[in-house]
Amino acid sequence: MAAVRTSSEVAFNRIAIAAVLIATLVFLAPIYWIASTAFKPKELAVSVPPTVLFEPEVTPFVRLFTKRVQMQKTVDPQVYDAAPWWEKRIYDGGERVLKVGKDVQLSQYPDRFMNSLIVAVISTVLAVGMGTFTAYGFSRFKIAGEADLLFFILSTRMLPPVVVAIPMFLMYRMAGLNDSHIGLIILYVAFNLSFSVWLMKGFMDEIPKEYEEAALVDGYTRMQAFFKIVLPEAATGIAATAVFCFITAWNEYAFALIMTNRRAQTAPPFIPSQIGSGLPDWTTIAAGTFLFLLPVAIFTFLLRNHLLRGVTFGAIRK
Amino acid sequence: MASVALTNLDPASRAAARGWSDLTIRNLFIIPTLVFLIVFNIFPLIYSLGYSFTNFAANRAEPWQFVGLQNYRELLSDDHIWSNFVITAKYVIVSVAGQMIVGFGLALLLNRSFPMKGLITTLLLLPMMMSAAVVGLFWQLLYSPSWGPINYVFRLGDFAWLSNPDSALYAVAITDIWMWSPFVMLLSLAGLSAVPQHLYEAAAIDRAGWWYTFTRITLPLVSPILLIALIFRTMEAFKTFDIAYTMTTQPTAELIAIRLYKQAFQQWDTGKSCALAYIVLIMVLAITNLYVKYLNKVKER
Repeated sequence: MAAVRTSSEVAFNRIAIAAVLIATLVFLAPIYWIASTAFKPKELAVSVPPTVLFEPEVTPFVRLFTKRVQMQKTVDPQVYDAAPWWEKRIYDGGERVLKVGKDVQLSQYPDRFMNSLIVAVISTVLAVGMGTFTAYGFSRFKIAGEADLLFFILSTRMLPPVVVAIPMFLMYRMAGLNDSHIGLIILYVAFNLSFSVWLMKGFMDEIPKEYEEAALVDGYTRMQAFFKIVLPEAATGIAATAVFCFITAWNEYAFALIMTNRRAQTAPPFIPSQIGSGLPDWTTIAAGTFLFLLPVAIFTFLLRNHLLRGVTFGAIRK
Repeated sequence: MASVALTNLDPASRAAARGWSDLTIRNLFIIPTLVFLIVFNIFPLIYSLGYSFTNFAANRAEPWQFVGLQNYRELLSDDHIWSNFVITAKYVIVSVAGQMIVGFGLALLLNRSFPMKGLITTLLLLPMMMSAAVVGLFWQLLYSPSWGPINYVFRLGDFAWLSNPDSALYAVAITDIWMWSPFVMLLSLAGLSAVPQHLYEAAAIDRAGWWYTFTRITLPLVSPILLIALIFRTMEAFKTFDIAYTMTTQPTAELIAIRLYKQAFQQWDTGKSCALAYIVLIMVLAITNLYVKYLNKVKER
């Protein structure tokens, strides 16, 4: 800003800030809608006019993790008193919580959520691990055709998932890897590896070569210098890369839709599949979605200073 | 070996000779990744290139036959496929143009200091970090003709955004604009903050108008980074699958990726799908090439 500001500049500045605030509200409204639906009583989720403010409920989350039936008669007061508070909220709504056992199966959501967690965590560790080594290689050594190799690596990231999925589906079918965690993990490692190499190369390039040279002179081998000097220096970069890879694997839909259907299915294909015929229970779906989106929202705040680097594959650093 | 030197140390010195050689380390660090990518990305593509010349159907046991270029010929003369490409082109234009305008506009508004700027910027970036499939699902609820908040706020009655053949594609594009404008905003902000302040000061001294300053100083200096955003979003929009697939089943919103998915995994026309996948792949690689070229250009500055 120039030192001297005219009154019209000040006014324009105020208008701009007001516009930013309005835009923020508009952009957050859909997210508020998901989050608020997760805390709404069933009938308010699809009310006309739409409900914006209401007394929050926990029942959608209870529904997510229990099986219930409609009560035929009023519940025994003793049973009611003995029930935990969240179960009472279900009784109040005219339903009875069933004990999950041999005959009563829990909803599939917890399993799908766990699948997402397993696949995302393992694929992230592998992609970032391999990516870190490779990035160091590209950062420190002269490599014939380096630019072409890096382009090749990045181009694997750009392949449309459906294009890769057709042959992979056929090969997995032969290898018995369809609907398996390992199959999905391999695909996610392949998808994230190029990103991890590019992003980590940016971080590695920023670590001065002189650090390792000093270590070598001090009697370290190159591998020791890498593990004891370079890796600790790259810790922030590794963490940022890992969070990006985790979010990508966590959110991935197309591969999971095509390659899994039951045992290894992750949350992204599962959550939309709950909308079938009839009137879906949006509150329970929203509760599941809320828990699914929460880690991503937290990670976005942790990553905020690295987002630009991440979405440009490390090319633009700010 | 001088060509793979890790350090500037004398290769004959003791420090440089200790442990594994540079060449060993380089190969050990790089080759596994290259092999992994070749095995799980390139080999499958060669495999599907082979199938693209056959009439293979993955759900039938009967042996496939070599059909030469027939799949490609049929695809390129298929009106249905052409209409999918036209739909995709419309979608790319509307959604990317929307993202560029909204994203760059937001960046211009944000490019000043005010309280809680960091928090607000991060909040604005949330949509692009979310799962597109889940976003698509909940926009169904927002667009709902009977109880959706969008129709209520804009007094649209029971207008069915997603099941109306004329509006379905644009409804998906609006959601995509909501989701990805923050991406353009993020890149634009970086571009705007890199414009040297003294240029604006000089313009102010010369009493240059707002429009003149914008078109002669801001735009030219931000355009390289805007171009990167444009190419990247164009490529991503061209590949769009998740968000459109979860939002609508309207044939008028059947993007090429959805067409490919249906042909491969619902009609099980595997051979032909492999051929279509290759046509799509070549287009994506062409855009990728362009993207990397400009990315490296901006990097060098």
